[in-house]
Amino acid sequence: MTEATLLDVRNLSVHFSVYGGVLKVLDGMALSVRRGEKVGLVGETGCGKTTTMKAILRVLPATARTPDGEIVFLGRDILTLGPRDLSQIRGPGISMIFQDPTAALNPVFTVGEQLEAVIAHSASAAGQALPRREAYQRAVTSLQEVALADPQRLLKSYPVQLSGGMRQRVSIGMALATGPNLLIADEPGTSLDVTIQDQILRLIQSLVNEKHTSVILITHTLGVVRELTDRVYVMYAGSVVETARTPKLFAQPSHPYTQGLLKTVPRLTGGGIASGIPGRIPDYLHPPSGCRFHPRCPHAMDICKIQKPSFSKIDDEHEVACFLYSEKGKDRREP
Amino acid sequence: MSEIEVTARRIRELERAFRRENLGRSWYKFSRNPLSVVGLVLVVTVILLAVFAPYVTPFPKHAGAFTDFRHAKTPPGVMYLFGTDQIGRDILTRIVFGLRSSLLMAVLVLAIVVPPGVFLGLLAGYFRGTWVDVVIMRVTDIFLAVPPLILALAVASVLQPNLWNGMLAVSLMWWPWYTRLVYGLSSQLRNEYFVAAAEVNGVSLWHVLFREILPNTVSSVLTKMSLDVAWVIIIGSMLSFVGLGVQPPEPSLGSMVADGARYLPDQWWIAVFPSLAIVVVVMGFNLLGDGIRDMFASEQV
Amino acid sequence: MPILGFILRRLFYAILVLLGLSMVIFVIARIMPGDPARMAVGMQAPQWVVDRLREQMHLNQSLPVQYFYWLRDAMHGDFGLSLVTQRPVMSDIIEFFPASLELVLCAGLLAAAGGIGLGVLSARHKDTWIDSAVRVFSYTGVVTPSFVFAILFVLLFGWILHAFPVIGRLSERFTPPHVVTGLMTIDTLLAGRLDEFVDALHHLILPALALAMGSIAQESRITRSSMADNLGKDYITSARALGISERVVMGRFLLKPSLIPTVSILGLDIASLFSIAFLVELIFNWPGLARYGLSAMLHKDLNAISAVILVLGAVFAFVNIAVDLIVAALDPRIRLHATRSA
Repeated sequence: MTEATLLDVRNLSVHFSVYGGVLKVLDGMALSVRRGEKVGLVGETGCGKTTTMKAILRVLPATARTPDGEIVFLGRDILTLGPRDLSQIRGPGISMIFQDPTAALNPVFTVGEQLEAVIAHSASAAGQALPRREAYQRAVTSLQEVALADPQRLLKSYPVQLSGGMRQRVSIGMALATGPNLLIADEPGTSLDVTIQDQILRLIQSLVNEKHTSVILITHTLGVVRELTDRVYVMYAGSVVETARTPKLFAQPSHPYTQGLLKTVPRLTGGGIASGIPGRIPDYLHPPSGCRFHPRCPHAMDICKIQKPSFSKIDDEHEVACFLYSEKGKDRREP
Repeated sequence: MSEIEVTARRIRELERAFRRENLGRSWYKFSRNPLSVVGLVLVVTVILLAVFAPYVTPFPKHAGAFTDFRHAKTPPGVMYLFGTDQIGRDILTRIVFGLRSSLLMAVLVLAIVVPPGVFLGLLAGYFRGTWVDVVIMRVTDIFLAVPPLILALAVASVLQPNLWNGMLAVSLMWWPWYTRLVYGLSSQLRNEYFVAAAEVNGVSLWHVLFREILPNTVSSVLTKMSLDVAWVIIIGSMLSFVGLGVQPPEPSLGSMVADGARYLPDQWWIAVFPSLAIVVVVMGFNLLGDGIRDMFASEQV
Repeated sequence: MPILGFILRRLFYAILVLLGLSMVIFVIARIMPGDPARMAVGMQAPQWVVDRLREQMHLNQSLPVQYFYWLRDAMHGDFGLSLVTQRPVMSDIIEFFPASLELVLCAGLLAAAGGIGLGVLSARHKDTWIDSAVRVFSYTGVVTPSFVFAILFVLLFGWILHAFPVIGRLSERFTPPHVVTGLMTIDTLLAGRLDEFVDALHHLILPALALAMGSIAQESRITRSSMADNLGKDYITSARALGISERVVMGRFLLKPSLIPTVSILGLDIASLFSIAFLVELIFNWPGLARYGLSAMLHKDLNAISAVILVLGAVFAFVNIAVDLIVAALDPRIRLHATRSA
């Protein structure tokens, strides 16, 4: 861990209690983010990306348990903090943009009321007293920063009066209004049409660059990761399977899952529609033993069914959780 | 055995296994709240008591024309567990028989009310926006616009006061709720793909209504029905409280409370025990109804 | 202004419904066996008097014509004479309605304050003993009919503890004040007689509470479950994630959307309190409309019955409109789409 490490998630487990037992969603999840870094978190729907983020902010539902792990932010383990300390982290420390902006905005309050509440609370967490006028001004500024026209009128409007794109911008504005060190963007713009999604992503990129905010960008779209991130984590069924600097990951995908993912991206030139990865994500109630990917893995070995692989280092900042890259699997590796 | 027969048998086995799994899951969801099980126990007990009333009560004759002034107004004791009323009749026995008529009324009212109410709701929801919808729902609204109890009282007072007319009165005020409930569900469901698929296949209207839309409303209707038993019992007791239900000498919980009100506070048991009986029965059905609702609710992670 | 259109449309609709209701009542009343004219003048009167009266009452004409005359009179407030009191029904109603109104208003206030208060308390301390206690209480409250509460209160507070009076609106030693609104509490206050005001309040509390118990329990359940439901919504998670304190999240951002179903049900409850009031009025000897209507029904006093049903129906309709307005005020989604409502 270097000095510039902002967030360090170590060995995180999250379980949900449901009918029939326990859903072991996250198992040994780990990731880290440095100051000013843009980190991507990629994986298919249901692999636990949002759960990880909610665990970081401690906003998981009541049925969730965190039996294992640490989430260290600026030197303190979030999992052990009390409400007062937590409220200092949420907002000014770590902030989040939710996947569905319509659901994330309270329908019976105006945009202004919600935005000003967020601003007021981040100010008080920092120990400042903020008069109403100033909070209002900051709200106006936040909306201007996300390129929304006529912010005064918007502040008086209700979410139902805004378009999907506007709501997404508002929710970005809200997240950034707290001046966070780390921004978590959970699949921003996926509920919108592609051109607007592109605008939204560009907006996030420029804002983040301007303010030197670190970002965890969650997405299931590889193209987005390639363009916007410095480093990537590839996640499958509750833990990271591969991580590397972005260009390196695309140049040398090492984990069989990552390789499969990259093959599934349809290419416009030569190739046509690609093949998917056979099989489906595991049942978290009865997850596969050992490496959770082994039922779908074309290179599965006997050991993969028994033991969960730990990270093997391929290169500088490039690690894979796969027995193919450990001593045992050396001979099985593809060139 | 031919291939088709083998496949058919396999499908049946799978269905059976699926149903068993569903049953298990339903019971899990139902029993997760111990209070629901309490409700189930209460309801079953009450039903058994009501059905076997003449055999389980100490003084079955007291439920009819019977007087015993020597033992009138006896406080609760060993012989008369809940005491006797002003004519000397055992209150415990009368409560059980009163439960009988309450349950009977509830069952019959629901039997009368649910089929037409649901049917009208299905129709109105399916033909939403057309004159069918308008007519049905406006009539429903008229009935709903009347303060519910008033309508029941008005009808019951115009006719001869007895159990059947009381039931008729309550039924008249009840059916619109089912129509409205099913209307909402039906008009949502008719836009679902499986309905469009059926229509494209050219099935009859009845098929769409009863075999596509109706099964999807069953959970809401059943939940409402179980909670409604409790409400009908309450409304029924209110009606008999003012003398518009079962007529004396037959016992009914409401009229027992009304009689007993006159003897407060000295012979408090005459009013209090029937009141408690009402509370317990209604609570049982409510708990059961809540459990049924939990059973149908989907879980979220 | 879309609000005006909203109100007008609901009003128009309510009037339509009331008209339909009046038709239904009218038909039921006329179906009754017996000659209304004969019943009005009694068994002793000679036949020609009865025939005369039949002419006057238009009883020999067709049903729609009779309805028309009846409706016209009703619009002028003339519902005929009451069989029981031998006075114009309208003056009976004017006399008895305010008492019921006072009871229902007080019960409504108790239901709102008590129900919402308990519901919030329960949700805030979710899954603790406070929550369990409130839930048990509200559960019992929902399943217990008002008259059971009334009896228990009379027994407990009236006879055993001697804390509250159980009969009527004002103690016998006081003379009722000049009638301004008909609400005993307001009138005594207006007349400046504080001792009477306290006495009137004393008489009002117990029956109002008995009437309100079911509603208090119901509102607290709905508030609690609505808050519990909304607790899992994304906008709450988002508010928390952005650092807003738990107190503000629960007290402001959770409360307002959660109140919407509560207010709707509260409105419905209050509207139906008028009819449930008759049992409480009976037990507490409260001289209200419900009791009057009940005696009319038991004596088959058709004029009075029709009038009472219409009045109660109108009150019901207007309370519903008021509730719709309040809900629209709370929920902008409804307000803004008011123009599109059916």
